[in-house]
Amino acid sequence: MGWPLAVSAALMDRKYGNLYKALLALAFGHLLAMLAILLPFSVMITLLEWQREIQIGAALLVIGLGVYLLINRRHPRFLSRVPPTRLALWSFLAAMAHGAGLMLVPIYLGICGLSVKDTSHAAATSLMSENTATALMVALAHTLAMTAAGGLLAVGVYHWLGLRFLSKGWFNLNVVWALSLILVGVISLLTLH
Amino acid sequence: MNLRPDPTFHATPKLAMEAPAEKLAFTLMLSPDGSQPDGLAVVDVDPKSKKYGKIVHQVLMPNTGDEFHHFGWNACSSALSPLTGHAFLERRYLIIPGIRSSRIYVIDVKEPLKAKIHKIIEPEEVFAKTGYSRPHTIHCGPEGIYVSTLGGGGPDGTDGPPGIFIMDCETFEILGRYEMDRGVQDKQYDFWWNLPRNYMVSSEWGLPPQFENGIVPEDLLSNKYGHSIHFWDLRARKNVQTIDFGENHQMALEIRPAHDPVKEYGFCGVVVDTTNLEGSIWTWWRKEDGTFDAKKTVTIPPQPADPDDLPELLKGFSAVPPLVTDIDLSLDDKFLYVACWGTGEMHQYDVSDPMNPKLAGKVELGGIVAKHKHPNGNDFGYGPQMVEISRDGKRVYWTNSLYSTWDDQFYPGERGAAMVMAIAGADGGLTLDKDFWVDFPEGYRSHQIRLEGGDCSTDSFCYPSV
Repeated sequence: MGWPLAVSAALMDRKYGNLYKALLALAFGHLLAMLAILLPFSVMITLLEWQREIQIGAALLVIGLGVYLLINRRHPRFLSRVPPTRLALWSFLAAMAHGAGLMLVPIYLGICGLSVKDTSHAAATSLMSENTATALMVALAHTLAMTAAGGLLAVGVYHWLGLRFLSKGWFNLNVVWALSLILVGVISLLTLH
Repeated sequence: MNLRPDPTFHATPKLAMEAPAEKLAFTLMLSPDGSQPDGLAVVDVDPKSKKYGKIVHQVLMPNTGDEFHHFGWNACSSALSPLTGHAFLERRYLIIPGIRSSRIYVIDVKEPLKAKIHKIIEPEEVFAKTGYSRPHTIHCGPEGIYVSTLGGGGPDGTDGPPGIFIMDCETFEILGRYEMDRGVQDKQYDFWWNLPRNYMVSSEWGLPPQFENGIVPEDLLSNKYGHSIHFWDLRARKNVQTIDFGENHQMALEIRPAHDPVKEYGFCGVVVDTTNLEGSIWTWWRKEDGTFDAKKTVTIPPQPADPDDLPELLKGFSAVPPLVTDIDLSLDDKFLYVACWGTGEMHQYDVSDPMNPKLAGKVELGGIVAKHKHPNGNDFGYGPQMVEISRDGKRVYWTNSLYSTWDDQFYPGERGAAMVMAIAGADGGLTLDKDFWVDFPEGYRSHQIRLEGGDCSTDSFCYPSV
């Protein structure tokens, strides 16, 4: 997310290296947004007796956001008040506003659920740190994948495709994104065990 | 809502220049005495068309006395750009404020030949939601559609300073005032910005009592019109610096930043220097430390004249001031066009070196004393005024009315509306097109021009031309 901003930043400064700096800042903001959502869940999931309810709640939350984004197609205006140089902040807020972190929650809870076998109280502490590590892994993996995809496009546009690609190759994926949020929620509800 | 960006989205000024040329122009028509409703004329500017230079459609408003002046698109290349979050808007609506009535019309021009009114915002709503009046310049920007105003509250618009307000770019709801910290800014005219560099520049004309019933000579001679430009942190909505050109530089009007966002300079035209009647162009720029500076880089002298040939207002001076009332910069940032409404000249400056503009071309047409005829033999009333350049920089269009009550002071009597076009040479030079002349309906005057698909005073760009 946000790779065209990285292209703009590099072109504005006439420094190719700034493309990577900008991508790094965007990735950092995105990672923070993932963690801000996942970490609270990693603590909550230690409440083992509530695990099922938490999973249902998370799934409903994701579905709810998807439905909201489907109905309200408007862009959050506060994003446009972020100066173009504050890429990490922009990336953090954009990810929050679009529910990118929230989408990972059902997936994350699914992974955690699989690893829970020992339900004794003594296991809770180790479970918590294990869950936090899993949250970090999920957030990192997601951010890496997103940055790699965005970075590839950014480098491609910078070197070969040119800025014309922005008008030729850009699609409105708002609806697809909202639907995919709903899909993730529904799948996680269906696969509850 | 589109699946793909609007075809008139241009990432850079260079791409905008390479896009297909305009085939239609939109020109505002105003009824100077308010006896007829103001309107929008759709003009055929396709040289291959049989109706070349003809008005092919008109939208007349349901009210009178609006006084149309400036207007703009709901979305330009900056709003249509991916990552504004509304990249799938269309460049479809023209936002036309009535400078006298404070009423705002939103015209749907998706099918230009069937253009129609989409929404009307009544003056009471503008007053109630903003405390401002007399809306003027329109630009689409980061937070929506920005509208500058010339008046504050109250019947004569002097209750509080004028400023800028923001409208939603999709619903056209008025959201509220722009300014969070206006500093010393107490007058308002034009504004524009550099989006990636996050600064805005605004200028000053005068308060409503200083222009609505005509220019006030005592105010002009005591230097009471605006003479400063203001620099803003665009997204923090804060005035960070004000540069005073000196009080004799009366009416700092049009702000024209370089289109390529890598360049951190721009121009501003000053109507008249009260010490010597000169018009001037100022170059402003951002310094290494982030602060701004400005310098007078062009002066245009007045022309001596017999008092018998001059209107009441100017008789005492025995000279015609050039009256720099509009300027416009080509998309390649190479040529600056300067309308000298008093002397009847359109100047073309090569501003490749913005600190040393060089006169590259000139057209003489109309004028208070000179009254130059158009090459087609027609009289051109008033002088060259609102100027608009095609995106490719090859055609320069202009009209001839300044502002109803001021027209009558400088050019007494009804002189008729006009819209003409000149061809610009690639390396400079400006020649009127003998075959392009727009006839307007009786009793109207013509003001700002907008070109299909964007023009040189509409689009802001988020990417440099490389």
